[in-house]
Amino acid sequence: MKLVRFLVAGVVFGVIMVQSEAASWYRIHEMFLFESIHMYGLMGAAVAVGLMGVWAIRRYKLRDAAGNPIVIEGKDPSWRRNVFGGVAFGLGWGLIGACPGPLFVLSGMGYASAAVMLAAALAGAFVYGMVYKRLPH
Amino acid sequence: MALFANPWPWYASGAAIGLTMLTLLFLGRRFGLSTNLKTLCALGGAGRWSSYFADGWRPHAWNLMFALGALLGGALMTLLGARERLIAISTGTTARLAELGISRNAGLMPDTLFGAQAFANPRAWALWITGGFLVGFGARWANGCTSGHGISGLSSLQKGSLFALLGFFGGGLFATHVLYPWMFS
Repeated sequence: MKLVRFLVAGVVFGVIMVQSEAASWYRIHEMFLFESIHMYGLMGAAVAVGLMGVWAIRRYKLRDAAGNPIVIEGKDPSWRRNVFGGVAFGLGWGLIGACPGPLFVLSGMGYASAAVMLAAALAGAFVYGMVYKRLPH
Repeated sequence: MALFANPWPWYASGAAIGLTMLTLLFLGRRFGLSTNLKTLCALGGAGRWSSYFADGWRPHAWNLMFALGALLGGALMTLLGARERLIAISTGTTARLAELGISRNAGLMPDTLFGAQAFANPRAWALWITGGFLVGFGARWANGCTSGHGISGLSSLQKGSLFALLGFFGGGLFATHVLYPWMFS
């Protein structure tokens, strides 16, 4: 099964989320208090590696494992959906100190409250799907 | 197991996150966790309610496997003792937690807000439901979360992702500096 490699990649990602402490409420709260370089350095290092990789992919027209050209689709550049949606997301992120990736990881770690928060996030995605036509984008 | 006994320095784990994103590109996919929230709704039959879920779960099955892997990775780290470690936050953060009456205990989250005892606390439930809902709703509205916009989007210099990041930080700063003191002091 081709899907197994994504399962393996996910396990590695889950371990990284714990070992980087990005899945910790303490680190997120500390980041918003501007009390440590930890989360800023973490994201900066991730983006630095990402930028170099994406630059190399574009410069050398690299292909993926299946031999297809790697095309990175542009995300919607409109400011409305990104700022309004971003603020809503940020409020939630600041409140629970976890974003979607860590919610999966923390649920797997056995934190029952993380499973409740994940269910609430699913409800949020469902309600968005019900009302999205009436929101500014 | 020395590699897993202690947390990694931020530059090492940050580079590892960047490599995860690049690995998925080389596997022909795009790194982003919040799509799974939409996909799980589609899996539960949300397509009957809104065309937003119309593309179903099949094109995103690989990402559900990735999320399932993340969950298993978390379970593995609990087995390796990650919940018994104290996060090395700054003294300023520790002082702030004391002011708010939030515990500093071993593990990734404070027990007063997220531990077993918090299940008897209506304020904790309000925090989980409101915060979780906003994370799901906002991530789908912005079409990405910390991974899709923060890592994937910034790495390919997307203007929209920069707007989203500004929104993430605006919201997070308000929650931390206004909502937390209002709720807990």
